[in-house]
Amino acid sequence: MSEEPQVGIVLVSHSGPVAEAVVELAKGLAAGGATAPVAAAGGTSAGGLGTSAELISKAARAVDRGAGVALLVDLGSAVLTVKAMLAEGDELPEGARLVDAPFVEGAVAALVTASAGGDLATVEAAATDAFGYRKT
Amino acid sequence: MLDTDFFRRWMTATAAAVSREASRLTDLDAAIGDADHGNNMQRGFTAVTAVLEKESPATPGAVLTLAGRQLISTVGGASGPLYGTLLRRTGKALGEAAEVSTEELAEAFGEGVAAVAQLGGAQAGDKTMLDALLPAVEALSSSLGAARDAARAGAEATVPLQARKGRASYLGERSIGHQDPGATSAALLIEALAETAGPSAGGDA
Repeated sequence: MSEEPQVGIVLVSHSGPVAEAVVELAKGLAAGGATAPVAAAGGTSAGGLGTSAELISKAARAVDRGAGVALLVDLGSAVLTVKAMLAEGDELPEGARLVDAPFVEGAVAALVTASAGGDLATVEAAATDAFGYRKT
Repeated sequence: MLDTDFFRRWMTATAAAVSREASRLTDLDAAIGDADHGNNMQRGFTAVTAVLEKESPATPGAVLTLAGRQLISTVGGASGPLYGTLLRRTGKALGEAAEVSTEELAEAFGEGVAAVAQLGGAQAGDKTMLDALLPAVEALSSSLGAARDAARAGAEATVPLQARKGRASYLGERSIGHQDPGATSAALLIEALAETAGPSAGGDA
């Protein structure tokens, strides 16, 4: 095993249960064993539907190992909140990046790749590749 | 010239307007959105009022920057990052000045509105807050009262438009015939600006 720090993954959904469930799904599919750090940031801090900058910031700090943090997002305010936080500059760890990917498929690809020791660019490429998997 | 206290009163007046109109904003959002715009805006601007009292920012730019950051943290819906970016970018453009002219505000506000357009990927006619903000920016250099009138007219002009951004865009043609809630709240922000300046600045209704 490499001693290099792994890329952290944050899953930002409009819904707390969706974010938590996708974290569990990705962990379950990523491997039997330890995975790269991954955290959910779903819903508002009061537990409603929506997005919380506070939860996102907390999740990103929790998974940051110094190798970058990939943020995957679902709808509307989740997308805009992460973009606005990145534009601010100091609300997310250094090397935090919004990854353009389908939420569920991208989360699995990102976590598998990060757990295998991929760097941030490789994790991003794997998550974005999930767009290419057609279902019909 | 507009000083720090003016900007603080602008934010307080916006909070009062948003509270007064919260149920109307939510009704508009129930027609084409997810029926939370009034509550979200009220929560955000209540938090803005509280943080301005607690932290006493020293310049006009600092008032808007702090208010913007607070909106992004507390609103919970898409209007949080959008309004947050609007105020924060405007505040940053004002820099460290202790007082600003209407012309300087107009220029800085233009930068804030451009940042909103970039963040949301929207343009004029998409039935969004920009339909009130863009005409307001145009009119702001002449007077705050003109900006208020332009923002109101812009918000009303969203009624026949079909939404092309956000959740309302999923409704397609069914979004036609309803005033956009984001444009309506944007008009409240500009109305509060004119109201804060009072009649001498062309701010009487």
